[in-house]
Amino acid sequence: MIQQTNPIFGRLDWSVTPYTDLLNKVTSSTIVGAGAATVLVVGAIGAVALLTWMRWWKPLFRDWLTSADAKKIGIMYIVLALVMMARGIIEGFVMRAHQATALGTLAAPESGLVAPDHFAQLFSTHGTIMIFFVAMPLLIGLINFVLPQQLGARDMAFPVLNQVSLGMTAAGAGLIMISLLVGQFGTGGWTMYPPYTGIEYSPGEGVDYWLWAIMISGIGSTLTGMNFAVTIFKKRAPGMHFMRMPLFCWTSLCVAIMLIYAMPALTVSSTMLLLDRYAGFHFFTNAAGGNMMNYANIFWMFGHPEVYILVLPAFGVFSEISSTFSGKKLYGYTSLVIASMSISVISFTVWLHHFFTMGSSVPVNIAFGIATMVIGIPTGVKIYDWMATMWRGRIRVTTPIVYLVGFFMLFVIGGLSGIILANPSIDYQVHNSTFLVAHFHNVIIPGVLFGMLAGIHYWFPKAFGFRLSETWGRLTAYLFIGGFLCTFMPLYVLGLMGMPRRSPTFQNPDFMPWMYIAAFGGVLMLAALTSLTWTFWTSWRNRERLAVPGGDPWNGATLEWSSPAPVPEWNFPHIPVVTARDDWGATKRGGDPWRGPDEYVDIEMPANTYFGVTLAGAAFLLGFAMTWHIWWLSIVSLFTIVAALFWRGLQVVEPVIVPAEEVERADKQYRDRIASLTPVRRVEEETEHNRGVPDITEFAG
Amino acid sequence: MSNTDNSLYPGLNLTGVQSEANEKAETNVFGFWVFLMSDLIIFGILFATYAAYLNPVGLAGGPGPQELFDIKSVAIQTGLLLLGGVAYGGVSLGVKYDSAAKKVMLWLAISAILGAGFVFFEVSDFIDQAHKGGIPQASGWLSSYWTLVGLHGLHVSVGILWIIAMITQIKTRGLDDTVKIRLSMLGVFWHFLDLIWVGIFSLVFLVPLS
Amino acid sequence: MSALILTMWPGAATAETLATQSFLQPMGPVAEEQAAHLLRVVAITMIVILPVLVGVPLLLWRYRLNSDKAKYTPEWEYSNKLELALWGVPIIIVVVLASWLWYSTSKLDPYKPIGENPLQVQAIGLDWKWVFIYPEDGVATVNELAIPVGRPVELTLTTDTVMQSMLIAPLTGQIYAMPGMTTKLNFSATRTGTAEGENTQFNGTGFGRQKFTVIALDSDRYDAWVSDARSAPTLDDATYTILRRRSVLAETRTDLGLTKDATPIYFSAPDTALFDRVVQKYHQSRTAHTVDELGGTGLPPQGGGGPE
Repeated sequence: MIQQTNPIFGRLDWSVTPYTDLLNKVTSSTIVGAGAATVLVVGAIGAVALLTWMRWWKPLFRDWLTSADAKKIGIMYIVLALVMMARGIIEGFVMRAHQATALGTLAAPESGLVAPDHFAQLFSTHGTIMIFFVAMPLLIGLINFVLPQQLGARDMAFPVLNQVSLGMTAAGAGLIMISLLVGQFGTGGWTMYPPYTGIEYSPGEGVDYWLWAIMISGIGSTLTGMNFAVTIFKKRAPGMHFMRMPLFCWTSLCVAIMLIYAMPALTVSSTMLLLDRYAGFHFFTNAAGGNMMNYANIFWMFGHPEVYILVLPAFGVFSEISSTFSGKKLYGYTSLVIASMSISVISFTVWLHHFFTMGSSVPVNIAFGIATMVIGIPTGVKIYDWMATMWRGRIRVTTPIVYLVGFFMLFVIGGLSGIILANPSIDYQVHNSTFLVAHFHNVIIPGVLFGMLAGIHYWFPKAFGFRLSETWGRLTAYLFIGGFLCTFMPLYVLGLMGMPRRSPTFQNPDFMPWMYIAAFGGVLMLAALTSLTWTFWTSWRNRERLAVPGGDPWNGATLEWSSPAPVPEWNFPHIPVVTARDDWGATKRGGDPWRGPDEYVDIEMPANTYFGVTLAGAAFLLGFAMTWHIWWLSIVSLFTIVAALFWRGLQVVEPVIVPAEEVERADKQYRDRIASLTPVRRVEEETEHNRGVPDITEFAG
Repeated sequence: MSNTDNSLYPGLNLTGVQSEANEKAETNVFGFWVFLMSDLIIFGILFATYAAYLNPVGLAGGPGPQELFDIKSVAIQTGLLLLGGVAYGGVSLGVKYDSAAKKVMLWLAISAILGAGFVFFEVSDFIDQAHKGGIPQASGWLSSYWTLVGLHGLHVSVGILWIIAMITQIKTRGLDDTVKIRLSMLGVFWHFLDLIWVGIFSLVFLVPLS
Repeated sequence: MSALILTMWPGAATAETLATQSFLQPMGPVAEEQAAHLLRVVAITMIVILPVLVGVPLLLWRYRLNSDKAKYTPEWEYSNKLELALWGVPIIIVVVLASWLWYSTSKLDPYKPIGENPLQVQAIGLDWKWVFIYPEDGVATVNELAIPVGRPVELTLTTDTVMQSMLIAPLTGQIYAMPGMTTKLNFSATRTGTAEGENTQFNGTGFGRQKFTVIALDSDRYDAWVSDARSAPTLDDATYTILRRRSVLAETRTDLGLTKDATPIYFSAPDTALFDRVVQKYHQSRTAHTVDELGGTGLPPQGGGGPE
């Protein structure tokens, strides 16, 4: 397979779109492929048309894309994640639909909705998207939005770097998206194990798309980790000692540390695979001294901490909401801190359990198996701590609590299958089976997804000034829980019956009943996605009735609830002086919590800049050009990045000064508004009476 | 806990004084340290990889350390790089005590020239090795060697570019607070490369030759 | 217990007639012990899981906002006794589980022979089929592994393509097969029957069809099987080159001039060094081009459905 490289277009030509495939041969597989590309094209055209029609281009750039405000960056991360999630869930559904029709027989050995190669691309993009472009941006976005507010800071330590991180993530996501329309994606799964993904066995552009998307977004994530860590170490409000930080900040710190130490491993393994593919190196090739076991080791040195990077912020959210919605202090604060930190440390010592079956010796397998079980201890402690928080509380079953309950009931099953898989002797049987697939979905969906959606519900009013519909929110949560159960419980059974993961076809008719249930689960997941979209839409339409200008709709205890909703760019008119853990709660108990500061001062905010957008655009082009071997464009975009760095260094960047009078005007207005609003009791929390001013006599905990 | 000034920001304080520029320096330099720790992990994994390929299977019948390494040239590189580190001391002292832009630029230039000398010898070694068949495509071990040593060389080259950028910045905007903070970050980076080189010198070159 | 789970599965009755594919229908001591260990782990872990499954709904009901009777202690945030239990119980359980893990991992080490004088079988993973070589008997097959009941088997694996993973669930767990390296699986069958073996590591479009039949035979019938195979054509380098093409069994059969169906292929195999040559060729210098022996490392020039 010798590919011609055109000096101008590289390996691009007209035959790379799914439409060409469709013209060559009309099958259900090419129709699905062309349909997906059409959705992308129509979606892009629609978005451009809408922006033009509504004259939103200017505000988009002025207020969002060039903003260095961590809150806006956080919101953009979450929007990106939700868009990618829509694609990921649809892909999941297509895979379920395929396997429900993929029973091979003697007469028709390959059947099903899509072709085997198409199926392989689907599971590869689905995994890559869900991990790197849904879960990661969701949690990074949420941390960006919440962390400075909870710490009593105005912004991240490095606001412009933050913008660059978002840009890199978006560039990576863009590469994955464009692969729908231009060319194919890799077929090696989200881990892209060589030698299968080496140049000999996967000569096309697919693996390169993955590599560049991962490398570019990986740089973004590393910088994000650094930013979070420095923010937590250096930007806490006076008096905000470590042991006064809300649990969400603690889990953010864990995430930051893990990002700093885990992401480099992914960068290294991807770079090596890249050198193998582009320059003929022999890191992971079959011959000439290459060794694919090194890839597995390096990849999972990143990959396992990554799992906890994903789940710890959700644990932070659960800590916040279990306390708030039970009207009670968080049980076992110190325990939870110790548990979180233990998880993040131990998570670096278990990576080998991803390949017990690679022939490592018995003592090695035993050591890593036991280390894996040890992680179960702090995780179990956390779950019981949250239950103890709810014990003797007054629980309001809001949407976040529905997600929390779903998490409790489902996550422990995921924990059970995790403990099962930690046993090398059993792992030998169920490794690489759908049992494993069911396991990690069972920890990631109830853990990460439920946690993040609960967090979005919880903090949404702080970002936009109105609550999300509780009715629709709860329905979405129930649909996700039901969808999860129907989709993944059958996969446990199928795994025990011996079905390998990533099977484009199978021959055992006994699998079929379970396949149908799982496909029905896929339908429920689509319904949940629709319901989630509707939740946002219907809440926006009812934003007047759901508005909570008081800013404290849930009678919360942490600092972010002391500001108006939506929160002003500067977060606090005056940096608060923290005197207790749950400082806002302590202030409420002291009476008159909404007293304004004695004096107002000028506030420095980071200036808007096109730096992030420029780097993101250049990085996207670099990745695209390298994937298609368009060398001139690669050089131009690389040069653009270097030039942008130089240019930025030469600038003397002055911060924007918000004058004291403006702060005072806005703040006074807010204080007056508070005084005019009627405080709401908890029983009426979900009604129109909730204007964001709680009855503070009810506050306890 | 007392509410003294020091306990207000109980992070990894570098100074006891809380002035605005100081605080900014602390944040930025600390952030840069964190970044370097992440870089250190990259080098750590590459060192481990190099060790993993340093065996007959990894060598795959290709040329080995005895045929390829020229310890004399490596010693010269070591000398140049470490001298470059010493020269950067001049930059730090200049920034800290007399803020003389000219002097700082001179020491920066000396550091850059010594660094460039290092890169020159390293590149000529690479060319030499390639002529002897020691190209990275020859074996897993050579792939890991070129990647590890090459990445360090790339870092030194980026360091030289950064020095040139800093000289330009001193010329255009003067030795202001921001430039000073950047110079101290560059210093950390420059010395970090010495540290990595010590690892490379001993593990990459000395261990297989001994 | 495992039988109980099986009967709850729809179609369990038909499973009798098909090749078994699950370790919950074990055919030998290894899979039997693995299934037993699974149930053991589930039972022990239930100690911490059941309280959550039962407790959470109770908490929600008992401490709902409108409850008049329930106690409300908003300031309560710590209890020594509870703390001790929260950390203590999981630690004890993990200690127990870890001991069992230690025991079962040592006992079920796939490298440890099950008994004296195991039958040696070599397996080469190809895209998308398995070649089994019986060096003692001088025979080889594609996609069929026949073993005598009662005699231990030691399977040595490698691959002549990308990494694969071989699983024969009713007999033993899986292990990766990697080029230039060998791994081992030791197991034995205690009853006659047919099992399905498979590759579980995705390796391209034919992955879903890379299954093979494992038949456990009485020793008489095993001997008959061997002598039948001996009369088959010889597995020489030219034949092996055809096997190496990226193709599933039916396509390989066509390439060899056989009828196009999914019946395993038999060979007599006097070349006992073939397996070692396949392993060794990945160890030689790149310049020697020995890697290109036996059909090259890359995509073979012909053959069925390569990647798109």
